[in-house]
Amino acid sequence: MDWIFKPWPWYITGPLIASVMGLLLYFGRTFGMSSNLRTFCAIGGAGKYSSFFNLRWRDYLWSLTLVLGSVIGGYIAVTFLSDGSISTINPTTISELNDLGFSNVGHSLVPDEFYGIEAVTSFKGLSLLIIGGLLVGFGTRYAGGCTSGHAITGLSSLQKPSLIAVIGFFLGGLITVNFILPYIV
Amino acid sequence: MKLIKFLLVGIFFGIVLVKSEAVSWYRIYEMFRFQSFHMYGIIGTAIGTGILFLQLSKRFKINSLNGKQLSVPLKDRGFARYILGGTIFGFGWALIGACPGPMYILVGTGVMSMLIVLAAATLGTFIYGMLRDKLPH
Repeated sequence: MDWIFKPWPWYITGPLIASVMGLLLYFGRTFGMSSNLRTFCAIGGAGKYSSFFNLRWRDYLWSLTLVLGSVIGGYIAVTFLSDGSISTINPTTISELNDLGFSNVGHSLVPDEFYGIEAVTSFKGLSLLIIGGLLVGFGTRYAGGCTSGHAITGLSSLQKPSLIAVIGFFLGGLITVNFILPYIV
Repeated sequence: MKLIKFLLVGIFFGIVLVKSEAVSWYRIYEMFRFQSFHMYGIIGTAIGTGILFLQLSKRFKINSLNGKQLSVPLKDRGFARYILGGTIFGFGWALIGACPGPMYILVGTGVMSMLIVLAAATLGTFIYGMLRDKLPH
C-alpha cells in the first residue's frame, strides 16, 4: 500500500481521468470545469449585463457540487495520501528554473515565487496572477471549453473544433513558457 | 441526494489530479519545454481511454442513467473562436500553471492565493460575455 502515498504514474492517472469523463456521461452530463466560471457570473447577477449569463444556475448545481468535491479531493490527497515525496522533475528543468530564480523546484505543487505570501503581496506578483486568471477565464469561454472540455472530452469524441482549440492551448503555452516567462520572472 | 454522486466523482477527480501531479506548476512548465513525457503521457492515455470508452459505448449502445443513448454534445462549427480563444487560454495556462479544474483542486491543497486567480478567471469570463457579440467566432 506504500504506492498510494507516492505520486501515481501517468499510465494509471490518464485512464482514471478518462473514467471521470465516462462517469459524468453515464450520469447524463458533460465533463467541463470552466463552465462553472460562467455559473459564478450568473450567480453574481451578470445576467443584468449580458444575456450570455441568463441561465438558471440551479441547473448547474451538479457541476458546482463536482467543484466542491474536487476541492475536498485536493485536501484529502495532500493531507492523507501523500508522504511529501519530492516531484521527479527533469534535472534540466530544475537547473533552468534555478537560473531563473526559482528555488525548491518540485518540493511543492506551485512555486512560492508565484503563489507565496511575498509574491502575492508584491505588485508584480499580484499582477501576474490576475493577468493569468483573466486570460484563462476569457480564453476558455471564447474557445468554449478548457482542458477537460476540449482536450479530454472533445478529443475523445474526435471533434475537430476541439483539436483546433487544443492546438491553440499549446501554441499559447509554448509561446509563454519559451519566450515570455524567462523575461518576466 | 442526487448530488452525492457528483460530490464523490469530484473528490475522486481531485485526488487523481493531485496524485498525478497534473496540478503541479512545474509539470506544466516541463511539458511546454518538452523536457518530460509525464504530462503527455497523462493527456495521451486519458484521450486514448476516452476514445475506446466512447467507441465501445456506441457499439454496445450503452445508455446513460436518464435512459438516453450515452453521447457527447457536439461543439459548434468554427475556426476563429477555437484558435484565438485557445491561444489566449494557453497564455494564461502556462503563466499560472493551472487550468480551471486544477485551480479549484489547488485551493483544496491549501494554495489560498489561487482564490485570486479564480476571481480573475471569473472576471475574464464576465468580460468575454460582455464582448461576445463583437468578437469573431
